[in-house]
Amino acid sequence: MDKLAMGGYAAYVWSCFALTFAIWFFNGWLARKRHRAVYRDIEVRIKAVEERL
Amino acid sequence: MWKFLHKMASPPYFYKLAKTLAPWFAVPGILLIAYGSFAGLFVAPPDYQQGDAFRIIYVHVPAAYLSMMGYMIMAIAGGIGLIWRMKLAHAVAAAVAPLGAAFTFLALVTGSVWGKPIWGTWWEWGDPRLTSELILLFLYFGYMALRGSIDEVAKADKASAVLALVGAVNIPIIHFSVEWWSSLHQGATLLKTGGPAMDSAMLYPLLAMILGSSLLFGAQLLRRVRTEVLYRERRTRWVRNMILSPEAPA
Repeated sequence: MDKLAMGGYAAYVWSCFALTFAIWFFNGWLARKRHRAVYRDIEVRIKAVEERL
Repeated sequence: MWKFLHKMASPPYFYKLAKTLAPWFAVPGILLIAYGSFAGLFVAPPDYQQGDAFRIIYVHVPAAYLSMMGYMIMAIAGGIGLIWRMKLAHAVAAAVAPLGAAFTFLALVTGSVWGKPIWGTWWEWGDPRLTSELILLFLYFGYMALRGSIDEVAKADKASAVLALVGAVNIPIIHFSVEWWSSLHQGATLLKTGGPAMDSAMLYPLLAMILGSSLLFGAQLLRRVRTEVLYRERRTRWVRNMILSPEAPA
């Protein structure tokens, strides 16, 4: 428990680590989401053209 | 060498290669970050002056390093794109900007949170390291705004590459600001003449965090470049063939 208190600096230390991991996670999630959206958009367009031919 | 670079610059080749490479960056990166975080938070001894507040170094230094590394990648890729007209280089520059901006923001916030208990202030406008890092964030924002304001991709690539190259002058200013001017910010700890000024119990977790963060940054950049390549090449035959193939990879 003493370790978690960080000698009285817990709010400063833990908030920095939490923000860092949140940014790592958010970057990963956003990259995955954008890739899927772009892929799906191209897929829909190409398949629509193929169906018309 | 040139043959390999020429092959790498091919969008379909890079698109497939990046998917294969990404886990080789991500997995060791995550493991190193896990080790560095645990050892930095619980194993490294407290600093004799800053106490446990110094542990913010384990997230602040990698973020600051990536903020500058991201900009260097953006400027070099933009320069390569301008000189050799390599489309993939422009895609790399466009993809790295949001990542670099995120880590510049993180470096500024963690630095500010560290500054409050140690310096007694969240922010100091007269400090050269803090203001030059803030300028870096504005350069990233400017780069992304410029790209977003030009519809034609080729024109956006050229204009933003020039901005990235001009803004690169800020990188040595950030790095040497603590030596050139009086600053609240501490001087170099790792890249110091005579070796790092840290005990190994504090140093190894920091090196693990820097290396791990760089690897994970690389993995996330590869994913972003793949998306950028896919979008730019959406009207090409290889994208059409890939999507219509029975084992269409995402």
